[in-house]
Amino acid sequence: MKHIMTLNTRDMAKSALNGGCGECQTSCQSACKTSCGIANQDCENDK
Amino acid sequence: MIHQYKLNGYNIVLDIFSGSVHVTDDASYDMIAMLDEGRERDEITSEILGKYAADGLTGQDVEDIFSDIDELTQAGKLFSRDVYEGMAFDLKNKSNVIKALCLLVSHTCNLSCEYCFAAQGKFHGKAGLMDFETGKRALDFLVENSGFRKNLEVDFFGGEPLMNFEVCKQLVEYARSIEKEKNKNFRFTLTTNGVGVTDEVIEWANRECHNVVLSLDGRKGVNDRFRVDIKGRGSYDTIVPKFQKFVKERGGRGYYMRGTFTHFNPDFTNDIFHMADDLGFTELSMEPVVASPDSPSALTKEDLPVILEQYEILAKDMIRREKEGKPITFYHYMINLEHGPCIYKRISGCGSGTEYMAVTAWGDLYPCHQFVGDPDYRLGDIWNGVTNEAVRESFRTCNAYAREECRDCWAKLYCSGGCAANAYHSTGDIHGVYEYGCEIFKKRIECAIMIKAALGQMENT
Repeated sequence: MKHIMTLNTRDMAKSALNGGCGECQTSCQSACKTSCGIANQDCENDK
Repeated sequence: MIHQYKLNGYNIVLDIFSGSVHVTDDASYDMIAMLDEGRERDEITSEILGKYAADGLTGQDVEDIFSDIDELTQAGKLFSRDVYEGMAFDLKNKSNVIKALCLLVSHTCNLSCEYCFAAQGKFHGKAGLMDFETGKRALDFLVENSGFRKNLEVDFFGGEPLMNFEVCKQLVEYARSIEKEKNKNFRFTLTTNGVGVTDEVIEWANRECHNVVLSLDGRKGVNDRFRVDIKGRGSYDTIVPKFQKFVKERGGRGYYMRGTFTHFNPDFTNDIFHMADDLGFTELSMEPVVASPDSPSALTKEDLPVILEQYEILAKDMIRREKEGKPITFYHYMINLEHGPCIYKRISGCGSGTEYMAVTAWGDLYPCHQFVGDPDYRLGDIWNGVTNEAVRESFRTCNAYAREECRDCWAKLYCSGGCAANAYHSTGDIHGVYEYGCEIFKKRIECAIMIKAALGQMENT
């Protein structure tokens, strides 16, 4: 595509089928401790 | 739902329900917006050619753009629909699995930071240290309630956990002794103010801790405004050399320099740059203070535009550093687009009160460290488990779809509805919305994705 560049992203709809294992880190357990953010969590089951 | 924004010369279109990210030229950007408004293609073509023909845009270009948009739409990457709402409330109902504990091994501290949400470690209660038997029971409680989860997270927190270092060591030793038999993998985090860091602590933490969070607010004057001992003496000169040694010897294992910014330093990027350029740290986190509105350190309405601009400054500077081969990491700009959280995680959020709990030195359970000491939020204890089902249920229903205010918000699958503690402290209800935090959060996500766009472009050129 000449006009639109699409970044590689995880397919959310597909993740509804194969996600939810729960092995990922709990958000606040990392550096923040004061604000929830899940976007920067890595998936443990999708390497 | 889509969200469009322009930042640092990039036109970015987020397709919220597919998680897709598109970087467009100006004409495509406008055409996507017009289609989203429901306008007719003939009308869009005419308006776009009127606007961009002078720049060389042709009728064929417009046709090509429509074709690209149609292709993305058919692939489910643009104008995708919300197919998740119906499943949202089932997500947290499926089990009572707990996978992470914040162990408050020390309800006391050797610093006396005025802005401390934990009231200098005492959480508005009495001072004290967790004994080994209580900590051991907490680990057993975690194992017993973790179901088939293999990875278990335990954070040594406080107060200052190193004031109870011996128990931290004993607890790790105990965890290691049972993890094989129980088929678990304990990941420990140490959060410390640095005062009690010794060579022994460094050697232990670098061997046993998956992550360490080292508290430093940045420039000496900024750090020493709040991070002082009980006599009011600043901690910077004591802790910085210890942290530098700690990180150097960590050999690439995870760490964060974690600061707090307040009304007194809304120009917090200078503190981040100080830690990076003057002190040599590369893994950085800087959080807005959690304070009641009447506190002098609380962020004000006037601070907000300054803060939002700071995030942009930081993002642009991080791109520069990346290009120069000297990257830094900022916690809130870490966004894993390809292998990030699944939709379940995006909807259900941080897990406070359900899969994540805080344990006091006396074994009481709270939904997270920020609720400790509030009797209304005591969940139970590590011997009898969760007995306050009403509180657990209320946390179960905290998710990306729980708040009316979030219904039309593009960021809800990035924040999951936000931090329950922040909502509670700002509105009195965990199902409320901390709007100030929302503004900050949205800016951070926009910046994080813009960085990805910029680096993606770098790779393609």
